[in-house]
This record gives sequence, C-alpha cells and structure tokens, in this order.
Amino acid sequence: MALAIIVAVYLTIVIANAGGYVDEIVISELRFNVYESLRTNPAYKGYPPEEIKKLAERIIEQEIKRMGLDQHFIIRSFNYLYNALTLNLGRAMKMFSSSGSNRVWDIIGERLPTTVLLFTTANVLIFACELLLGLLLSRRYGSKLDKTIISLAPLSSMPGWFYGIFMIIIFASWFGVLPYGGLVDAPPPEEPLLYALSVLKHMVLPLLSWSVAYIPIGAYRMRTFFLMFSMEDYVEYARARGVPPRIIERKYVLRPVLPPIITDFVLVLISSWMGAIVTERVFNWPGVGTLMAEAIGINDAPVIIGTATIFAYLLGVSVIVLDVVYALVDPRIKVGE
Amino acid sequence: MILTGRIKTALQPTFRYKSLLAGTVIIVVFIAISIYAVVAMPYDKAVKAWNTLDYWEDCPKLAYPAWVNNFLTKKLPETIVLDSRAEGIKVKQPIPFGGGVYIKIEIPFSFEYDEFPSELALRFYARNITQAVLVTLTWVKPDGTELTIMRESLSSEYRYYSVSADRAFQAQYAKYIKEKLGESPAYDISPEIALFAKEDKSILSPDTREVLKGRYRVVLVVSSPNNATDVDIKLNVYGRVFGLAGTDHKRRDLWLAIIWGAPIALAFGIIASVVTVFLEMIIAAVSAWYGRWVDYMTQRVNEIMLVLPFLPIVVMISYFYRFTIWTLLVIVIALSIFGSGVKVYRAMFLQIKEMPYIEATRAYGASDLRIVFRYMIPKILPTTIPSIILSVPSYVFLEAALAILGVGDPTAITWGKVLDEAFSGGAVYRGYYHWILEPAFCLVLLTLGFALIGFTLDKIFNPRLREM
Repeated sequence: MALAIIVAVYLTIVIANAGGYVDEIVISELRFNVYESLRTNPAYKGYPPEEIKKLAERIIEQEIKRMGLDQHFIIRSFNYLYNALTLNLGRAMKMFSSSGSNRVWDIIGERLPTTVLLFTTANVLIFACELLLGLLLSRRYGSKLDKTIISLAPLSSMPGWFYGIFMIIIFASWFGVLPYGGLVDAPPPEEPLLYALSVLKHMVLPLLSWSVAYIPIGAYRMRTFFLMFSMEDYVEYARARGVPPRIIERKYVLRPVLPPIITDFVLVLISSWMGAIVTERVFNWPGVGTLMAEAIGINDAPVIIGTATIFAYLLGVSVIVLDVVYALVDPRIKVGE
Repeated sequence: MILTGRIKTALQPTFRYKSLLAGTVIIVVFIAISIYAVVAMPYDKAVKAWNTLDYWEDCPKLAYPAWVNNFLTKKLPETIVLDSRAEGIKVKQPIPFGGGVYIKIEIPFSFEYDEFPSELALRFYARNITQAVLVTLTWVKPDGTELTIMRESLSSEYRYYSVSADRAFQAQYAKYIKEKLGESPAYDISPEIALFAKEDKSILSPDTREVLKGRYRVVLVVSSPNNATDVDIKLNVYGRVFGLAGTDHKRRDLWLAIIWGAPIALAFGIIASVVTVFLEMIIAAVSAWYGRWVDYMTQRVNEIMLVLPFLPIVVMISYFYRFTIWTLLVIVIALSIFGSGVKVYRAMFLQIKEMPYIEATRAYGASDLRIVFRYMIPKILPTTIPSIILSVPSYVFLEAALAILGVGDPTAITWGKVLDEAFSGGAVYRGYYHWILEPAFCLVLLTLGFALIGFTLDKIFNPRLREM
C-alpha cells in the first residue's frame, strides 16, 4: 500500500511536470533573468554584445547544472520524487504565505489546518448522521420516514459544492442570516471563544450543503447493510432465543456490518477530498483547494504541483489509516498480511 | 410488425413507472433543445459569436429575462435601438454660402416603461469626412423640454459615445436642475435618469423620481464643409430585460449558452460514462479471465489509481495544456478507467468465470477473446446500465467543477462556464440571480432526468438489490 502511494505521488509529479514542460518554463525564466541582470549591471556597460552573450551563456549553463536541469528527465523525476516525499516542494514563483515565506510547503502548511478542520468535521458529521439515520430506518423499515429518505437518495447525484451555490443564495443573499463565505468575520474577533463561534458560523453552510448532498444516499446504503445483516440466520436464531432487541442490534447486527461500512466510508472520504477543492472555492474557505484555484489564477506552477502532491498524500494517508482501522475491526483480516 | 411489438414490450415498464417516464421526458426535452441548437446555429459559429464582444453590442448588460415583466407591477424597460438607417427622418440641405451640407436627423420613439433604462450609448457612422464636422445632439422630452446632450466636432468615420458615462453632461444637468427647481438634488443624477425623468420635485430624491412616459425625440444636427458627407447614428437605449434568458456582464444573451450547453453537457456526460464503464468492464473481464500476471498487474495499477488524486490531477493537466473540452473528455476517461469500478466488475467476473455456461463455451472451443466479449461482458451488461446512466451527471458536474476552478475550456459554451462567470462576477452578491440560477437549474434538471431514469432502471434490472 505504501508502495502504491509512492507510485501515485511519482505519477502525480510526472504529470505535474508535464514530462519536463515545467522545466522549460524554469529555464526560459532563468535565461531572461540572467540577460536582464547583465543588461542592467553597470559593470558590464561597455562590453561588446558578443562578450555579454558569451558571459550570459556561461552563467546559464552553470545555473542549469546547479539546478540539475541538464540531466535526463527520468533522473530528474526521481529527484523530484525524493523532494516530494520529503515534503521539499520548492519555492513559489509569485505567492507568499502570510508569514512572508515563499516556500511552497509554508504556503500550503498554513492552509492545511482549515481544510482538515472543515472536511474532517464534515465527514465525521455526515458519517454519524448516516449511521444513526440508517439504524433508525432499518428499525422502521417500510414506514413513511423510510420512504421519504429513500426518495431523497437521488439528491446525491449532485455534488456538495453545487448545493453550496443554492445555500449561499438562500441563506446569505435572501435571508442574510449566514455569511457568504470565508473563514471568520472581518475583522476577526479578538476573544478565542468568539473567534471559534465565528468560524463555526462560517462552517454552517458548507456543512449543510454537504449534508444535503451526501446524507440521504449514505443513510440509504447503511439501511440496506443493516437490513441485509439483520436477516442473517444467526440473528433470527438470537431473536428466537429471546435476546433483547437492543443487544441484537449492537452485537449481532452492528458488529458484523462494520467492515463494509468502513469500506464505504473510505470511498466517500476519497471522493470528499476531491470535492473539497471546489467546495472551498465556492465558499471562499481559505484552505488548500482555494489555494490551488488562486495559484491557477496567477499562474504559479510550483504551488499547483505542490497542492496536487499534498492531495495525493492526504488521500494516501486516509487510505492507510482506514486500512489499519479495518484490520482492527474485522478480526478475519490481519495487519501486514 | 414484430419490431413494433418488441418496442411496445420494451417500453411497457416506461408506462408502469411514472418516474421513468418523467426522466425520459426531461432527457427528450434536452435532446430536442440540443437538436434545435445545432440546427439554429452551428457550433463554430456559436463559439465565435459567444466570444466576440461586438456581436452583442445591441444587448443590455446584466438584463433580466423579459418574462419577469409579467410578474412585476412596475414594468422594466426593454432595449430600444434607434438606427437612422432604418427609421427616422433625415433631411439634407446644402449650406447656401460657403458650401457644405447640413444634415438633420430626427428619430422619435415612445417610452412607456415604469423604470429607467440601464444605459445609453450612441454610435456615429460617417462617410466622406475630410474636415471636422460639427455635431449637436438634442434630446426632446415628451413635455417639450430640450436638452443638449453633446456638441462636438467629429473627425473620424466612426465614433462611440457613451451617454451614460458622460460626466460633463451630468454636471451640466445638475446645474440646470438647480436653476430650474431652485434646489439641488440629494444624489448624482446619472444621464439615463436625467434624460427620462420628470423634471419636478420628484427628481430630487432617488426614491421619488419618476419616468416621464410618452414620445421622445432625438435630434442630431451635423454641419459639414464637405458636400458628400453623410452621417448615420445608432442610439441604443439599453433596457433592463432581454430575451428569454437575460444577459450577462458582457451583454451576451444567456439563451445561447443555455441551448448550446445542452448538447455539450449531454455529449460530454454520456460519452464519458459509457466509454468509461465499457473500458472498465473490458479491463475487469480480461483481468479476471486471464488471471495470473495480467490480473496481478491490473490490481496493482488499480491500487495506484485509487489513491491518485483525480481532480487535482485533471486540474493540473488542464492548467498546463488548456485543453478543448473534447481533449479533456479523453483525459477524464483515461484517468477514470481504473479504480473502484474495475474492482467491482472483477469480483463479478470471477464468479461468472466459474459458471457452467462458460465451461460449455470452452468445450466447443471458443477463443479467449470470444469468451470475454461474447459471453462474459454481455452477462453483466444489463446490471450496469443503471450505473452508466447514473454516472452521466457526475461527468457533467466534473466539467462544471473544472470551470469553477478556472481551468475549463476557455472558448467552449458550457453551463459550468456560465456558472463560473456568474459566480466570480458576483451574481450572488449583486442580485443577478437569473445569471447563476439558469445554468444551475439546467444542471439540476439534467441530473434529475438521469437520476429518475437510473434509479428506476436499477429497480427494474436489479430487483433483488432494491427490494429491501
């Protein structure tokens, strides 16, 4: 699995560098800078143009060698891989972190907590709602509530960010009760408690739009799992034996249903990392996704590549963590098998 | 006869399930719109028009759809285009002493709306100008008030004059109102209000000002030293409503984007989902049938692709190459053929592989490829049709997501692009809801159509999965 992640990061890097395309940009920028510095340097004012050209070419050659750009792309791509794995993502061309650093890692690192905050909350919230709702529906199988939730399942054909647009129009534009987007009020409140409340207020709409998009289908799937497992023979037997329904639910249904539910959660999590980029953009949430959109806006290739690499990481890490959880929950699977 | 009978039996479930019928109706409507779009305006022509600003010079900026007037008590104005080449009275008189020509253009029009127009612009088209000509534009209100809007010398063949942006006229008018009413207005009266307002106490406040309805006249007087000079004008009184769908910030008619968005969305979504599912199935079937190293490799590739961040990679690729939407389609398919789909189908094929009928085909000597394509894939095809249909909208939304992130096809006319422009143009904050809601509702309807069909077909094809 770890190998798969490394390969995935490597592929991301190869694609990100567009097979050496980015290096072309770097080299041309380098040439421009060298010529420009020689042209504006008064020390070289009297030199004939050929001399300056020779000098410039020499400096450029040195620089290319220093940056390792003279090697074949395949070798370089492994260098990049090493850098990416050690989170040495290089320097941004134009962007700065709010502390003033132009290292890509600093820029991303500053945005990462907000992304993790919003989407971990969203995932946990949605997962909990799905689980409880699924349980409730399986208990009241066939009731009106059950039918309503099932008929809401097609809502999930539309992504969370899309509901975000409607949520903004309804709650921010029409009713004016919730903010359009962003992380905190401007200016941010001084007191930590008020600050947290303000952040919470800004999280309501993204969470709501994701809930609308993902809870109905999730609850529907959970309910199906529960129903499937509650029709197993051993459950019937337990029921016949007179085991209380509460214990049946906890020990006979919920326990064996956990592995498939966790698989489900992994898949949802993976797709949610992707959806996060657009959702952040819609709600102007200052996370990694917005960073990527901003970097696209001002053409900052290293930041775009860095963000994609970080997303590859996030994805890989969530998959590994859930693999471990899976092994803990399902005794039939052993870690390291 | 047999064929019609077959079609009848095939369509029977359609009538039994109302949701299937509703979904089909929606999709058929979108297909009809697509055909209409293709017939009404070929794609390259539409793209060219969409990306040419001059094409839309007669449309108002950010206008609401015209039908909103049916729900309003105060009627919003439509755009009035006054072109001296088509209407009005043009009088040409030679100037008696010293030579030259004197041209007077008079265009009357009536304005019967309750709201002020959004903008006024004037375009001069002159011919045979050797020396500067003197141009005077006079505005005559229904009550007889005359206002001189501009008086200047013109020396080029074409001149665009934005009345709304004329600060000099605005200042002059403020002075004029002060003299007339003895009181200064509490706000800046912009030219389009100055030209259409009642000039009494009501004009002094933005809350009480009223439109003076009736017949207006625009009088243009040109005197040129050259006898051959001819002048035409086009005056656009831009309204606040336009067409069926309104306009955006570049005056473009959103209707074009709505109708051309349909075929693109349908083609993109359907091709992507059908091709992806088929390729997934082929890969899964081959992997399951041949087993050993083929299977091993497929599974490893699958694992890698599962943790590959799909959207960031697509974003990156389209950022570097600025693809057209059709190249993007290929990339999207290429990136999504491996993944969870292959995993699911492989599990299905592993079961099918052991079935007796496969053994029978092997017994009659069918080749590997024949077994894969003729016996294994057709077996699970019906169960995948719902998922093909259900995944169509997700690809349409993928395109929209890319547009929102700013890496969509820069020239294509898609709903996602309009959505992005509306969103970044502040349609939500500034109240231009039509701009953002139209593409959004198109997406909702399309999704609804496919979701209704998909979920119902799922019920029909996979009854066991759904009965609980």
